Amino acid sequence: MSLSLALFAVLAAVCLGGGLGVVTSSNVAYAALFLLVSLLAVAGVYVLLLAEFLALVQVLIYGGAVIIVLLFALMLTRIQEFDHVTDNPQKPLAVLAAATLLGVLAVALVRGGPRGNTLQNVDLERLGTALFSSWVIPFEIVGVLLLVVLLGVVIITQARGER
Amino acid sequence: MTLLHFQLLSAALFAIGMYGVLARKNAVLILLAIELMLNAVNINFIAYAAYRDPERFLGQIIALFVIAIAAAELGLALAIILRLYRHRGSVNVDEIDLMKW
Repeated sequence: MSLSLALFAVLAAVCLGGGLGVVTSSNVAYAALFLLVSLLAVAGVYVLLLAEFLALVQVLIYGGAVIIVLLFALMLTRIQEFDHVTDNPQKPLAVLAAATLLGVLAVALVRGGPRGNTLQNVDLERLGTALFSSWVIPFEIVGVLLLVVLLGVVIITQARGER
Repeated sequence: MTLLHFQLLSAALFAIGMYGVLARKNAVLILLAIELMLNAVNINFIAYAAYRDPERFLGQIIALFVIAIAAAELGLALAIILRLYRHRGSVNVDEIDLMKW
């Protein structure tokens, strides 16, 4: 059990460190790569939670698709301040708000959150069966949503009616 | 390693993401911070599914939907950002005040 705890500590440190890199890096491309690090650490956390299918999905969708799309968007919006973006003047307030949220959540969770001590594996076969039987309608709706988003993205980005 | 560890990790990641959304000016960076927050939520869902609800594993199914919808949201938001950039030459959210009266 202590091995998994050590693994968890390493993954959490990488995950939170990557997250801090995302929100503090002044270079946009570095921020995107920090996000990749953080998301891969989240995939590791899923493996620790015995959800290996979700970890695979996380690596494929976030590690592959999302980061590629983000980097393309960064290349296409070649802003002047690419490697030295500035933050809002409300930064101290943002620190305060985030710290308050974290404090309240941490105190509430430590003092009286739902507890759980034993981890149980979810069978992939059962997950697939549930997804395609009792959850099939939401599943199909997500498919339609993705199609609509695809069409919407094409229509939004095409330069029709512009000079 | 108990549920509490994962809850605290999720809360910390969510707080970092919220800080990013509030403090950043570039729309693409705000989007990155939103992705962090969505991942924090997913950690929570999957931890709850593994610790408290392994029979019905609702958390894992919801997490799958969250991932799919997050991908859709990211694509749409990036399309809007590209369009804004083409119109105004900037993706700073405090310069985009067309709808602010």
